[in-house]
Parts: sequence; structure tokens; C-alpha cells
Amino acid sequence: MFPAVDVLGVRKHYGKLCALDNVDLRIEQGEFFGLLGPNGAGKTTLINLLSGLSKPDTGRVSVMGYDVVRQYRDSRRLMGVVPQELVFDPFFNVRETLRFQSGYFGVKHNEAWIDEVMHHLDLSDKADTNMRRLSGGMKRRVLVAQALVHKPPVIVLDEPTAGVDVELRRSLWRFIRRLNLDGHTVLAGQHAELARQRLRVPGAAALVRRTSRHAGGAKGGARWRRIPAGAAVIHGAGDGAGTIARGRIGRAGNERAAARSGRGVSARGGQTYKLTSVANQK
Amino acid sequence: MLSFYTLFHKELLRVQKVAFQTVLSPVLTALLYLLIFSHLLEQHVEVYPGVRYTAFLIPGLVMMSVLQNAFANSSSSLIQSKITGNIVFVLLAPLAYWEFFLAYVLASVVRGLVVGAGVYLAALWFAWPPLQFPLWALLFAVLGSALLGSLGVVAGIWSEKFDQLAGFQNFIILPLTFLSGVFYSIHSLPAFWQVLSHFNPFFYMIDGFRYGFFGSSDISPWISLVVVSGCFLVLAAFTLALLRSGYKLRL
Ligand SMILES: Nc1ncnc2c1ncn2[C@@H]1O[C@H](COP(=O)(O)OP(=O)(O)OP(=O)(O)O)[C@@H](O)[C@H]1O
Ligand SMILES: [Mg+2]
Repeated sequence: MFPAVDVLGVRKHYGKLCALDNVDLRIEQGEFFGLLGPNGAGKTTLINLLSGLSKPDTGRVSVMGYDVVRQYRDSRRLMGVVPQELVFDPFFNVRETLRFQSGYFGVKHNEAWIDEVMHHLDLSDKADTNMRRLSGGMKRRVLVAQALVHKPPVIVLDEPTAGVDVELRRSLWRFIRRLNLDGHTVLAGQHAELARQRLRVPGAAALVRRTSRHAGGAKGGARWRRIPAGAAVIHGAGDGAGTIARGRIGRAGNERAAARSGRGVSARGGQTYKLTSVANQK
Repeated sequence: MLSFYTLFHKELLRVQKVAFQTVLSPVLTALLYLLIFSHLLEQHVEVYPGVRYTAFLIPGLVMMSVLQNAFANSSSSLIQSKITGNIVFVLLAPLAYWEFFLAYVLASVVRGLVVGAGVYLAALWFAWPPLQFPLWALLFAVLGSALLGSLGVVAGIWSEKFDQLAGFQNFIILPLTFLSGVFYSIHSLPAFWQVLSHFNPFFYMIDGFRYGFFGSSDISPWISLVVVSGCFLVLAAFTLALLRSGYKLRL
């Protein structure tokens, strides 16, 4: 069986800024995987590489065994992505938006499922409301609905609960959890802070945690604590399948340092994140 | 194929939902040109023997509207999607890059033809130009709008702001359409400008389209057909390569 997500030796630079430095990540089918980290850690960058919104400098990414660059149509068909930005098409209402989304993914006659998804996301009353007239939290829920219209085996959510109130956040996670139990693989990106305080990701999650350490030495600057290959472990599901992420998701938040060092923060900036489990930190 | 059809359909719905701006307003603009130029020049200019200037002007204006609106459709749709960010829905979809291309270009062709038909019908109130070879006219309208739709895709992808798109429109599309013989026959130009006009692809589109009406033109419609098709193929290949590379869309 192919892993749901397979990331191998991926590097991604934005100009001089190194957002992802040699990241390996493997998520097995059926896992519920949390990708956690502070602002600028590279969560969205990684998700964008999976979904084909951007391309890696080096390395390979595949989804359900399909290379996201060479077999992009297959990999995209098997993935539902909730983008972090609150985007919408102001020309259409909720139902039209979901119908178009179904069409993009080649699904015909999808009304029953569209209704069910809207029901679960508490959007049924808003079906005929123009996207412009929805509140922020409602727009977020439409984004989630859009990712689900084609019942993708792999569901990728980038901050799915930002701006959603507590009540709905719970029901949203319950719904996502149910999808996971039904066999969908879930990859959710969240701020670590949010995760620690409020997020209750049922099942496995990885915490991309900062472990900066001043190593004295060179001109008072902090130094990399290199995570040896294979040592940074993202533990798997509550009890189950382990997933190993080697390398680092770079501390990319500090562009000034990148400009100073001229080599990208990850190479020299001084902080790194250790990947550990939060499965038991609830 | 459903993915392609959905995007195409969505693009058409967008046009329809704002038909006031996308169809009605360009028709009115063209009629204003017609009113002013025909009033000014009717007595003074006879381009083809026995053809009133107003009648001569109509096909040019129709084609100008077709071309400008085809360009406006793909370019403004793309830049709006980019600026509002909802382009991600298309980028996340399992659409082949050529399906993306086809959907935007075909929607541009439809918008161009609809506006063109609107201008033509409204213009009949002023004068009744003959329509000798409608298929020639249709052929040039389709090819021309596909060419401009494709150019609109390039402009929409390249521009990051509305200003840049407006620059593209004001410095490239507008001068080329005005210098293409919409309002005159290039035979009435000084020699230098006549030669220069032959390097303007818009000239061949207008001239070929006009042939469909009057059965006569500045140059043979076959030559125009070859030039316009050639330009379209080159531009389409370029646009497809751009889309395939993900230029400015997939960073
Ligand atoms: N298009 C871009 N151009 C330049 N730099 C970028 C771009 N996108 C992201 N970055 C940089 O890459 C780094 C990682 O950004 P990313 O959006 O992946 O972080 P994130 O973990 O998703 O953060 P957040 O929690 O704020 O969503 C940041 O330093 C960001 O400034
Ligand atoms: Mg992010």
C-alpha cells in the first residue's frame, strides 16, 4: 500500500529564505496527522508543495503514490485541500460554489453529498447566500466543504478552525474525525500555540517545536542544533502507526537574519524545530 | 473533460452575471464610435465604391469589439481571481494545463462573439452593410477572439496588479486596434504607415473580417487567414508553455 503522503528530501527556498530544508515526511493511509508549528515554520509551504500550488526546489512529493509534479492530475484528484487564506468567488452562492468544485473534480450528480456536507458544516441555511454575504467563519466552513465535495482519500486542512467559534470548531473536528474513521487520511496544519491551548486533534499529531539553544561560540549567534537524520520522530496515531520525519521544518520567520547571513535562515539562523508528538499532550 | 467543461461554464456564468459591464457597456461604446465617426466622415470618405462610410465602418467596429472583449474576458477574469485569491480553486483542481487554456480561451471567444453580434445588430439601425460571406466573417471572428483570448491569458498571468493589466491594454491592444484600419482603409495611409500596418496582426483580422461583408478587402483573405492562424498557433504554443511551467501561478 502506498503511503498517503510521501515527502522525500524536499527543499524550498523563497529567494534567499529557506522555508523547508531537506524535509522527509511519510504519512500512512488512514492516519490523522497534525502538522504543528509557529507562524512561519513552513506548514503552509509544505502543504502547498503537496497540493501543487508550488513546486519544490529539490526532492520528490507524492500523494497516494502519484508524483505531484508528473502525475498532477491523479494526485490532485485524490486530495481535498482547505487553503489557509479565506478565499472565495464573489460571483456565486454557496451551493454554486460547491457544484463548481464537484465539477472541477469530475463528480457528476453530487447534490445529495453536497447537502450532507452543508448539513454537517451547518451551512444548510446559507446554501443560496452569495459568498460575499457570509461571515468569516462561514466562509471558512465553505472552504472545508469545498475540500470534501469529491470525497478525497486525503484531506489536507491548513488552519481549518481559524475564525470558527468554539461550538462549531468542536463539531468541525468531530466531522473531520468521522471522515478519518471512515478511512480518509487527514493532514491538519495548525499553530502550535493553538494546538496546545485549544486544539483537540483526536488521534495523532506532530508538534513542530522550537528547541533553540544558544551554543555560545561564533560571535554570540545562536547555532543550529542539527537533528540527526532519522532522529526527529513524529509519533504516529494515538497508539498506532509511527511516522518518521527527518530533517527540519525551518525556522523561516526571521527574514532579516536571512538577509544578514545571506544564506537563508535554516542554514544559519539559529533555531530549529524538533518534531515530536502531541498525541498525549491533550 | 468535466473539469474543463465546469471551468468553461463558470467563466460564461461570470460573464452573464455581470452582463451589464461585459456585454451591454461595450455595445454602447461601439455605438458611440459609430455615431460620432459616421456623422463626421459620412460625407467625406468613400472607401469602397458604392459603399457608404457608415456601412464600411460597421464591420471594423464589430471586429474591434470582438477583439477587445475577448482580451478583456480572460485577462480580467484571471487577474481578479489572482487578486482575490480564488484562483487556488482552479489550481488545486485536477485540470490539465491545456484544459485551463481551452476553458479561458473559449469563454473569451464566446464573449467576443456575443458582444460582436450585439454591436452588429445595434449598428443595423444606422446602416445595412452587406454580409456576402458570413462564414469568412465568422471564421475571422473566432480566430481573432481566440488569439486575443490567449493574449489575455498571458496578460492576466503576467500582471500582478490591475494597473499593469491596464498598461497592457492601453499600450498594446488599443494602439494596435486603432492602427489596424478599423476606421479607414490602409490604402489611404502614407506609404510608410501602409508598410508598417502589414506588421500588425490586427490589420489582418480586421481586413479578413471585412472581406466577409463586402467581398473585397485590402489584401487576399487567404493571406490574412494564414497570418492570423499562424499568429494564433505561435501564441497558443507560448501560452501553453507558460501554463505548463506554472509561471507566476505555481511559485
Ligand atoms: N510566496 C512567498 N514568497 C516569499 N516568502 C514566502 C512565501 N510564502 C511563504 N514565505 C516565507 O516562508 C516561510 C514559511 O511560510 P509558511 O506560510 O509556510 O509558514 P506557516 O508555518 O504556514 O505559518 P503560519 O502559521 O503563519 O501560517 C515564512 O518565512 C514566509 O515568510
Ligand atoms: Mg500557514
